[in-house]
Amino acid sequence: MNLPILECRNLSKSYGQSDLALNNFSIALPRGKVIGLLGPNGSGKTTLIKLIAGLLTPTSGELLVNGMPIGVETKRIVSYLPERTYFDPGMQVEETIRYFADFYMDFNAEKARAMLEDLGVDTNKKMKALSKGTKEKVQLVLVMSRDAQLYLLDEPIGGVDPATRDYILNTIVSNYNPDSTVLISTHLISDVEKVLDEFMFIHNGALVMYNSADNVREELGKGIDELFREVFRC
Amino acid sequence: MAWTFDQTIPIYLQAAYRIRSDIVCGRYCKNEKLPSVREFALTASINPNTIQRAFGLLEEEGLVVTQGTAGRFVTSDNTVITRARESIAKQLVEGFAAKMTELGYSPEEAARLTKSYWGKTSPTNILKKEAQSDESADS
Repeated sequence: MNLPILECRNLSKSYGQSDLALNNFSIALPRGKVIGLLGPNGSGKTTLIKLIAGLLTPTSGELLVNGMPIGVETKRIVSYLPERTYFDPGMQVEETIRYFADFYMDFNAEKARAMLEDLGVDTNKKMKALSKGTKEKVQLVLVMSRDAQLYLLDEPIGGVDPATRDYILNTIVSNYNPDSTVLISTHLISDVEKVLDEFMFIHNGALVMYNSADNVREELGKGIDELFREVFRC
Repeated sequence: MAWTFDQTIPIYLQAAYRIRSDIVCGRYCKNEKLPSVREFALTASINPNTIQRAFGLLEEEGLVVTQGTAGRFVTSDNTVITRARESIAKQLVEGFAAKMTELGYSPEEAARLTKSYWGKTSPTNILKKEAQSDESADS
């Protein structure tokens, strides 16, 4: 399957009168990769992810997932982790599992329960009784328990401790399948860079760099975190 | 134990080095079946694609051979393992020699010092000793 899992052609998005959140953004992403979406605050990372998830519509340009325009068909194969959790605080964790099972054909409830048990999450508790970090874990587990082709993770490790970060990264790695791509937006580059195949830097809604992580190490003798600090030096 | 990586060096090279060392040191023996890409990726906490690329390198070197669907095995060829062992040793000595020269040691002095430490210590012991001497310096 050589069809890119994601293709953006001259994609732009503006919110009303203000500047463009995405400005003529073009990229094609291959399958079977873990790709970092990296950029300073306000660079357009979340806008891009929300466009791919179908929560926003482009102002201009084209956006294709698996060759299809955004719609029901693409949502079926895209698993999206938003920045903030959207579950009803009164829901028990177990109910959120059933909720996902109802919504998504490709959801594996057993896998989700096993992962939540690994993480020591009591599935009888209500969402509002969980700490911020635990809520994030629940959300991530649900998203990663889908058998999707494109995972969009918006700041998946922002609110959790380093040990949980490792578990989450291992979860991403162990869920790897050669047909699916994981797009991770984060500013915690040093934590994720060892699992990235490729990365892109975006700034002011435009693509600054798109390369393979090991290419950069090979050619520049630098890690991604170091390169980021250089490119985006304030 | 989790693998640690230097982020400024391609991860696939470091993963290949680690597996190569494990073969040379006999952690994986001649003809032995190696863990799968997925297993290595989980142990190392890195991307399976990276392990795949490391295996590509080791296969080019002849240290690892793929046998169809049966998986990957350590070579049966002793000369290939010996060659890898020499290449690792050469690399280590090069680094050591450069550092000792920087410290102003002559080859003879460096050799004498090396000999006096032989068999006494392992890398982990050195770290522990350093930590202990730091502690005693604090107290």
